[in-house]
Amino acid sequence: MYKYDSYDQQMVDTRVAEFRDQVRRRLSGELTEEQFRPLRLQNGLYLQLHAYMLRVAVPYGTLNSAQMTVLGDIADKYDRGYGHFTTRQNIQYNWIKLEDTPDILADLAKVEMHAIQTSGNCIRNISSDQYAGAAADEVVDPRPYAELLRQWSSFHPEFLTLPRKFKIAVIASETDRAAMRLHDIGIKMVRNPAGEIGAQFYAGGGMGRTPMIGPMIREFVPLDQLITYSEACLRVYNRYGRRDNKYKARIKILVHELGKDEYTRQVEEEFAHLLGQGIEPPLAELERIKQYFVDPAFEAGASDELDLSDPDFRLWVERNTHAHKQAGYVIANVSLKPVGGIPGDASADQIRLMAQLAKDYSFDELRVTHAQNIVFPHVKKADLYTLWKALDEAGLGIANLDTLGDIIACPGLDYCSLANARSIPVAQKISERFGSAEKQAEIGELKLKISGCINACGHHHAGHIGILGVDKKGVENYQLLLGGCEGADTSLGKITGPGFDENGIVDAVEKATEVYLSNKQDGERFLDTYRRIGMDPFKEAIYG
Amino acid sequence: MKILTGNDLKTGAVTWWTGVGWSLDVNDAADVGEDGAKIIAREEGVQNVFAAYVIDGEKTAAKDGWTVRPAHIKDRIRALGPTVRPDLTLKPSDPEAVNWVI
Ligand code: HEM
Ligand code: SF4
Repeated sequence: MYKYDSYDQQMVDTRVAEFRDQVRRRLSGELTEEQFRPLRLQNGLYLQLHAYMLRVAVPYGTLNSAQMTVLGDIADKYDRGYGHFTTRQNIQYNWIKLEDTPDILADLAKVEMHAIQTSGNCIRNISSDQYAGAAADEVVDPRPYAELLRQWSSFHPEFLTLPRKFKIAVIASETDRAAMRLHDIGIKMVRNPAGEIGAQFYAGGGMGRTPMIGPMIREFVPLDQLITYSEACLRVYNRYGRRDNKYKARIKILVHELGKDEYTRQVEEEFAHLLGQGIEPPLAELERIKQYFVDPAFEAGASDELDLSDPDFRLWVERNTHAHKQAGYVIANVSLKPVGGIPGDASADQIRLMAQLAKDYSFDELRVTHAQNIVFPHVKKADLYTLWKALDEAGLGIANLDTLGDIIACPGLDYCSLANARSIPVAQKISERFGSAEKQAEIGELKLKISGCINACGHHHAGHIGILGVDKKGVENYQLLLGGCEGADTSLGKITGPGFDENGIVDAVEKATEVYLSNKQDGERFLDTYRRIGMDPFKEAIYG
Repeated sequence: MKILTGNDLKTGAVTWWTGVGWSLDVNDAADVGEDGAKIIAREEGVQNVFAAYVIDGEKTAAKDGWTVRPAHIKDRIRALGPTVRPDLTLKPSDPEAVNWVI
């Protein structure tokens, strides 16, 4: 894992001291809310429905045990005993007191964490593949590049007041596990025919009220031009992005309005101009960073044997684990989606337990996934049963990854002041109806994603089944979408028709699964069947 | 009736104007009539409360006095707390509390 150098640490410590003084001045009345609001937002402190909410950045979703422990401690000490893991691979606390915030940020700084650039029109926390450095199918570990981009984008003076927020994802395998093409910029690390590693750039993806799949704008950017090319992409956006209209200010609108070719032409022009200016960090810096991401000390010749005689364990292994690049090891997913639970929420004790287990069984490392789950990236197969037992005792051994029980849901109207409708109760009802092992086995992979408003924090456009909460004359109403997907074959879901109330939407989901089950052909997932037979049979079943 | 709500500066907690001060319980909310803007200007000046705004509410008789119910669901959830965590709401021991929101 990356370790802060003295610059990183000093930047973060200085920021804590600065914010401490700002909070003091706010509490003493020297600063009005109007003056203070942008300052608190720059430190991740929002005002939500019930209280202040603090969003903490988890760079490319990677955490070590010490960091995870502090996240649990913060939940206990300053919040109400839990945290919420988000689709941005971050964590949010819902009940933070203003007067405690400087101390929380100081606690975070001690373990090389912060809440900077988790709000506002800047480059946000960079997301990545949760299996980075562990997956068998990756070309290269994407994290060093994500880290380089993190350093470039942290406090980048030119990009702190962009037309709108800016989200970057970096991946390095064909299987896209980070919704890369739904980001403002998506970067895929690839190998060219000459065998060199470089970056493939996608721009103008996004969700929100105008979902777009980002087109590829450059097939291959050499490693010694990565930052310069990123800078050129941002510069063109910064100059021409629609500052006149908040709803048209994301880069997706610019790329869409200019057309991919014209945007690319402008980027290339800017890139040519920037190339001579020496803004690219020396490759030695990338090499320095890479040293922090070398493989842990895997045991050579570790056994690939697994005793699957415990049927619950077998199910969990089938559902929740993924092939590791190292023989004898496996990637294990902890689902934060118990039947009837709140997607992404974990108690302080659960968070600390996962920290301890990562220390014992995963080389001190954890990942947060955009599906609001937690990953143990490097587990020796010989330890897997012990790990699962310990997780299961704490309610964390649920076997439902990527099934109808593993729902992504934004906080919705239970917590979010922008919401139209509640997301969590809908997720709970669906997981209760479809949560049994039999149902899950029958239906198989089905990604369901719920947002409480058009902002799409719950990725509803990218769900095989998506649900969008709308406000129908003051009453919660839910629209159903089908056919979205965030992987290598990214597609956007289509609305089936008129919306439903809370119980109606659960019935509609059930009808959609029935259409799938009666039409599916060998090996087809819900999404495959939908793509083959189209919307009509679903509409007919749902609306009659 | 018109009622006035905001957030406590220190804790961020949702508060309601009672006519003389601020309360965490929506049932203490007073009808501010046309005076909302005036009270907001004064109270935010004192810095105890921020992000204040006036909403429509309804006062109805209940067995132990009355209840004040904000007109919009968003403010009802603000008044109660997250419906998915009854233990963290204003009425943790009232199993019916969530129904009051909907
Ligand atoms: C509760 C406080 C939150 C607020 C006020 C908020 C606000 C917003 C807004 C306004 C947008 C739309 C931006 C645009 O299209 O220009 C957005 C998008 C998004 N947010 Fe949130 N959000 C919140 C929580 C979350 C949470 C909890 C998650 C993760 C579960 C999240 C992840 C995202 C994602 C993935 C998008 C869509 C991708 C994109 O187009 O950027 N947000 N959010
Ligand atoms: S999608 Fe809407 S309701 Fe959900 S967290 Fe985002 S802004 Fe809030």
